Amino acid sequence: MDILLQQIVNGLVAGSIYALVALGYTMVYGILGLINFAHGEVVMFGAMIALAVIQALVGTGIALPPAVIIGLGLLAAIPSCMLLGFAIERIAYRPLRHAPRLAPLITAIGMSIVLQNVAMIIWGRRYITFPALLPPGLHQFGSVVVTDLQIFIVLLALLLMAGLEWLVQRTSLGRAMRATSQNREIAGLMGININTVISATFIIGSALAAVAGVMVSAYYGIAHYYMGFMLGLKAFTAAVLGGIGNLRGAMLGGVLLGLIESLGAGYIGDLTGGVFGSNYQDVFAFFVLILVLVFRPSGLLGERLADRA
Amino acid sequence: MEALLSISGVSKHFGGVTALDAVDLAIEHGAIFGLIGPNGAGKTTLFNVLTGLYAPDAGVFVFDGARLADLRPHRIAACGVARTFQNIRLFANMTALENVMVGRHVRTRAGVLGAIARNRATRAEEAAIIARAQNLLDYVGIAARANELAKNLPYGDQRRLEIARALATDPKLLALDEPAAGMNAAETGALRRLLERIRSDGTTILLIEHDVKLVMELCDRIAVLDYGKKIAEGAPREVQRDPVVIEAYLGGALA
Amino acid sequence: MADLIARWQVWKRDPRVAWSVYAALALLLAALPFIVGATAGNAWVRILASALLYIMLALGLNIVVGFAGLLDLGYVAFYAVGAYCYALLASPHFDLHLPAWLLLPLGALVAGAFGALLGAPTLRLRGDYLAIVTLGFGEIVRIFLNNLDAPINITNGPQGVDRIDPLRFGSLSLAKTHSLFGLDTPALYNYYYLFLLLALLVIFISLRLENSRIGRAWVAIREDETAAAAMGINTRNIKLLAFAMGATFGGLSGGLFASFQGFVSPESFTLIESVMILCMVVLGGMGHIPGVVFGAVLLVVLPEALRYTGDLQNALLGRIVVDPADLRLLLFGLALVTVMLLRPSGLWPSPIRKREFAAGE
Repeated sequence: MDILLQQIVNGLVAGSIYALVALGYTMVYGILGLINFAHGEVVMFGAMIALAVIQALVGTGIALPPAVIIGLGLLAAIPSCMLLGFAIERIAYRPLRHAPRLAPLITAIGMSIVLQNVAMIIWGRRYITFPALLPPGLHQFGSVVVTDLQIFIVLLALLLMAGLEWLVQRTSLGRAMRATSQNREIAGLMGININTVISATFIIGSALAAVAGVMVSAYYGIAHYYMGFMLGLKAFTAAVLGGIGNLRGAMLGGVLLGLIESLGAGYIGDLTGGVFGSNYQDVFAFFVLILVLVFRPSGLLGERLADRA
Repeated sequence: MEALLSISGVSKHFGGVTALDAVDLAIEHGAIFGLIGPNGAGKTTLFNVLTGLYAPDAGVFVFDGARLADLRPHRIAACGVARTFQNIRLFANMTALENVMVGRHVRTRAGVLGAIARNRATRAEEAAIIARAQNLLDYVGIAARANELAKNLPYGDQRRLEIARALATDPKLLALDEPAAGMNAAETGALRRLLERIRSDGTTILLIEHDVKLVMELCDRIAVLDYGKKIAEGAPREVQRDPVVIEAYLGGALA
Repeated sequence: MADLIARWQVWKRDPRVAWSVYAALALLLAALPFIVGATAGNAWVRILASALLYIMLALGLNIVVGFAGLLDLGYVAFYAVGAYCYALLASPHFDLHLPAWLLLPLGALVAGAFGALLGAPTLRLRGDYLAIVTLGFGEIVRIFLNNLDAPINITNGPQGVDRIDPLRFGSLSLAKTHSLFGLDTPALYNYYYLFLLLALLVIFISLRLENSRIGRAWVAIREDETAAAAMGINTRNIKLLAFAMGATFGGLSGGLFASFQGFVSPESFTLIESVMILCMVVLGGMGHIPGVVFGAVLLVVLPEALRYTGDLQNALLGRIVVDPADLRLLLFGLALVTVMLLRPSGLWPSPIRKREFAAGE
């Protein structure tokens, strides 16, 4: 039972991170109908930039509280990622808005590869470690251990998701975003500046991605030029699981996927009599993706669309 | 004689909207049957259900004596129902000839092995496909445009090409969705002659149309749909005078 | 001047001219290993053999992406299946040494079966979803190959399988040096000739498929799947056919690769490989067979040429700023983006596809 609870806790934390990244995917897909393959790389850049700043600050030896150091890292990462997301859309997607469907998919993959390799050239191939800054505060509930960091991540993620929900439901920008995702052409005719809305979508998604990147590198202790790929794929799976284009779906899907992965990896050894171990963890996300797309492509919270003539 | 196509009690709902409500129709062999009604009445939906794009929520189609049970589009085409689309769905980047050649797919057999080996049988089949396609282009009157890309054809020729492609499937029933849309009087007249020729050459025609003159001159029988229900059926002149029909189109009794 | 052009037009169509060009080309291709070996060294002959392998792979993917318009991002999985099929059955790993004439078709068939298996539930998905699912499948295959060394050692995990048997047809072993018109052909050259013959076969099959009932059906589905179905094309089966055929070519290439390299490991079958093969198809000219062949050769040869940028950087800047090896993938990514933005029909497009991309959709 205790293992179960521990796995659930772990799953919730990972799931919160997936949710933040999934939001970026789902917003872009809702508005453009496009899978932004490069989104995972934006997360990676967020992590790398923040880490670079953090390591530099730690290196100077100035005694600053950890919160400030990490805060400064975030301060560097978030605007950088926002700019990056904006640039990706302008360069790789906007010119192809009316091209055959295959074209933006290919540029998306291309951008993803470009970003991975630029990061590799800048920061090298080695794993970059997150300095030991964080208070090792532990809380014990029975035999379930929860760290301060875990609590912080979940709370911050919830805060950001609530913020996004407010933005989308209560502001005029949010209204414009919702209208554009329903029917781009008509929204344009109603006086909404589509390009602005699309850019805003990318910028917001990238800001969330930056935070997620910092969370990942803090939680797992490392950052790496290739980290965006798997994470991106899993987050996209989460978005599809919840119902692509649906914000609440992305949040739900993220948390669910985190749980599925955590519980799966924890129990797969027992379930398969030792044939498959937790080293197959990454495979879970893919199987979930395939199952969802084959049996319920609209996801958990999505509408059942009859995509007929 | 038994009808070629009999539609019994066909219904289709989309969420809360009833697109088709227990529609009954019977189309005789060799007829030109018109389907008319205000916009949104369910005419194209009926086509889509007939040709397998949507599954009906209720009802039965009996075509040429057999129930159309496996309602997947390509099976229905194989049974002998071919259609054109309201918004013209040609293979834009294939030539006119190639478009019609694709229509022959369902009546030909060469597979991967035949394609690779190009044995005598396959070569003969290909030659027959090309010849038939050229014939059909000629039949509808666009033989001169055989090697042009479909997307570059003028609008009227695109409509004819779609008809040629549908004819290539050797249909018993040709279902046309607003074939005269956007045509002027001369083009419509030419279309009428083409459709009469198709009928006299042995193909039954089911036709959605808004062009009243065309419908009056061409159709043997028409049915009127409104809000998914069939509200009238009969010879064109009768239906034209039916008060229920007039009300549906004009929304109120005439003074 | 016009007179010269007119004469060129006539000359171009003369069948005797065509045949002499083909004959000259054949002679050149046959002599190529010797020419290249003598001038640039055997390392470059190896690169040529590699290029021929990638021609087969790219043409296989071309059937899926170029003809049928299905974006497959996990194509490398079929390559891996074919390679491991050969590796496991013709090496000391299980101490099985089945003959090549059995294993090469077997690998192709098994890969084809995988293709059908993957395609059956997924081919009805929309383009983007299909792309991601195939990508996932490619990764799943790689992860399984990496981990199936416990509890039973099937694939030998990350260490891979080595000492794979070279190809042998009856008593003719490709690993031994033979003699061709008095010249010695070492193992490398033998493989080159086999690959050349098979690549020509794959090109031939692709050309035949393109101009056939099936080929037209693929293009029709790519253009408008709904209309294609309405015209009687069983879209599900025809798409499955494209997938399976592409997978078969991939599997065949995999078997050849395994015996050529003598060693396979999961590291050879990453997503990057899938993307690179896609790059060859897209860059060369999607759906256009000469374009795809060109793309394959270009993307195999160019990275090798990139190595020389190291010397260039040294000469210009006094030191190496960017390791040429790192540049390779970066340039692939840039190539994908720029081609799609500037010339989406590819470097050597078919006349029709050029028109398709020119007008947008």
